[in-house]
Amino acid sequence: MMTKPIYLDFAATAPVLPEVQAVIAEALARWANPSSVHAAGRAARAALEQARGDVADALGWRHEVIFTGSATEALAIAWQNSRSQKSPETCKYASAVEHTAVLRHAGAHVIAVDADGLVDPQRLPKAGLVAVQHVNNETGVIQPLAAIAAQVHAQGGLLLADCAQSAGKLALPDADLIALAGHKIGAPPGIGALLVADLGMLAPAGGQERGYRPGTENLPYIQGLAAALKLDRGWLIEAATLRDWWEMQWRELGGEVIGAAAPRVPTIGAYCLPGVNASMLLIRADAQGIGISAGSACSSGSIKPSHVMTAMGLSDAAAREVFRVSIGRTTTRSDLEALLALVRTIVAGRSPRVEARAGA
Amino acid sequence: MIYLDYQATTPLAPEAREAMLPWLGGAETHDFGNPHSAHRAGRMAAAAVEVAREQVAALLPPGGRVIFTSGATEALNLAIVGSNARQIVVSAIEHAAVLDTARALGASTQILGVDAEGLVDADAAIPFGTDLVALMQVNNEIGTIQPVAAVAARAHAAGALVLCDAVQGAGKLAAPACADLIAISAHKLYGPKGVGALWLRDGIALRPIIHGGGQEGGLRSGTLSPALCAGFGEAARLCTSLAKTDGEHVQRLWETAIAALSGWTLNGSATQRWHGNLNIRCDGLDVARLMSDCRNLAFSAGSACASGSGRPSHVLQAIGLSDNQVKSSIRIGFGRYTKNAELVDACAEIRAAAAAQGV
Repeated sequence: MMTKPIYLDFAATAPVLPEVQAVIAEALARWANPSSVHAAGRAARAALEQARGDVADALGWRHEVIFTGSATEALAIAWQNSRSQKSPETCKYASAVEHTAVLRHAGAHVIAVDADGLVDPQRLPKAGLVAVQHVNNETGVIQPLAAIAAQVHAQGGLLLADCAQSAGKLALPDADLIALAGHKIGAPPGIGALLVADLGMLAPAGGQERGYRPGTENLPYIQGLAAALKLDRGWLIEAATLRDWWEMQWRELGGEVIGAAAPRVPTIGAYCLPGVNASMLLIRADAQGIGISAGSACSSGSIKPSHVMTAMGLSDAAAREVFRVSIGRTTTRSDLEALLALVRTIVAGRSPRVEARAGA
Repeated sequence: MIYLDYQATTPLAPEAREAMLPWLGGAETHDFGNPHSAHRAGRMAAAAVEVAREQVAALLPPGGRVIFTSGATEALNLAIVGSNARQIVVSAIEHAAVLDTARALGASTQILGVDAEGLVDADAAIPFGTDLVALMQVNNEIGTIQPVAAVAARAHAAGALVLCDAVQGAGKLAAPACADLIAISAHKLYGPKGVGALWLRDGIALRPIIHGGGQEGGLRSGTLSPALCAGFGEAARLCTSLAKTDGEHVQRLWETAIAALSGWTLNGSATQRWHGNLNIRCDGLDVARLMSDCRNLAFSAGSACASGSGRPSHVLQAIGLSDNQVKSSIRIGFGRYTKNAELVDACAEIRAAAAAQGV
């Protein structure tokens, strides 16, 4: 018999919300191509533009919205096609804790972070494209984007903010280019968006989406994204209470919190139990039906320590002890209690042996 | 509404829709996982993706692998940009996703013309030193089936890789086994929009164009959508199991439409053609007026992608039509869910509307 699943990996992907399921299931029945000029195509086009407006409204964004297949694709378009009016030969900078979807692009000069994972707004490059994420996907640390945006704009640069983990949760930063992912907020994987303050910043690629993203639009998922963003955010207050409770329990067991001194979102935390390898913890959690992760889902199974932890100054050995707990709209205290019970078993299983050896 | 625009997109098969819905799971299920997560929810999602990959692979030649993308456009971009080709040969009637990408790459591009039938010369010379030859299997506007095997043999002799845009042929015709790279789209074979695939022959290396988490063997980063993959897989499976009846049905519809619109001129070959595509013209016809008179019918004046642009079709120009002939052409596309009676009604309506124009 399968145990009831306990999912604590919302930062990897969130369950699809019932409202979104309903919208997509219904929209799949209207399958016309929004580029067709006949009535069915025009109806699809109208629905597409309605969803575009809804997404902008829900986010409080007054500029352009380009739909993509993922945040990764949105970041790739921004990274490869953006151009500053001032300097066509744009230098590109990225913080050391960016998602690999930014860092793996060629030509990124790296901006260091402090031990809490924060970028110092006073130590930014002089100009160019600057990529600083809003919320880190492994630690939940919130970057000081207001100050960073002011600094980047004062220098005449462009700010690219990866908001995959913050869109729909925090107010958007004052960035020129913003990438977001539907599947972190209750829409399914397969839909993302690039928000663009001014299309003059982006070289066109031809095709659909005003010429900035070719390929037939996935209207059901676009409408699903709009539906997800429209939902209320009140649950985040309860999530903060839940997170505070869990971290208190965690610390009492001897656990540590990574980036604890920095501002963090309530939904993502990185933790370690000194002396306990995260892989062992993950395997035991998985055996009990508890889904947590070590770092990002993309790097799961990788034996390399997380680049985020390394950038924050952790040794490889310390980085291998770090795991991520990320909660969402449907997380309950009993979900976290199950994880705490497992951790207690591990702590108890470890201590007697240590004591036995000490007594021998 | 009678839907006759199967080249723009096909209806989503009910079976494909059903295959998708379980993977749009909510919090009470295990069925929403990130297929790249190591835990149980993730492994279940990954398993669904792999089942779908096998189903899609069944439409494609043996000896290669399937990389899921967001659509055929991305697959074609990955193939062309990822190949680093400096010298490219393309047919004149390729989709914009090929022609524009080759142009954007800045590679030296040679165009293979087509004859009045809309066919590339099977004996066309491929210059030695060509890196990549892109030839579509079935044209999206006129349905002509290209001599991919013959051109591929010449391309290989010249040391080039062969990219085949099989968007309009996949699930309908046998896969172009001679190609090295094949792009297909789910929503042209009764699957969902937002997912496609690039097939790569074993041993071919590409450089990725979207970087990040390293999914799809490092070739295509971005979280895969298990629901879209599952819908694609089921649609592919149906195409495999229904291949015979789908083909016979389309042939009957073709005969119906050809008989009902006798007197109109067919654009492109009648024989080297996918018969779900009827691109025809009637001299003097005002297509814009025809479309507005036939509001109940969904058909196209060109490819859907270009149809809003007001640009005359590059395909119809390539087969030698005058601007007036291009502007008097329509495309009627049908398939699995088209009823014969609907098509009879639609053709009668088109004839009547044309007659009202005095043509």
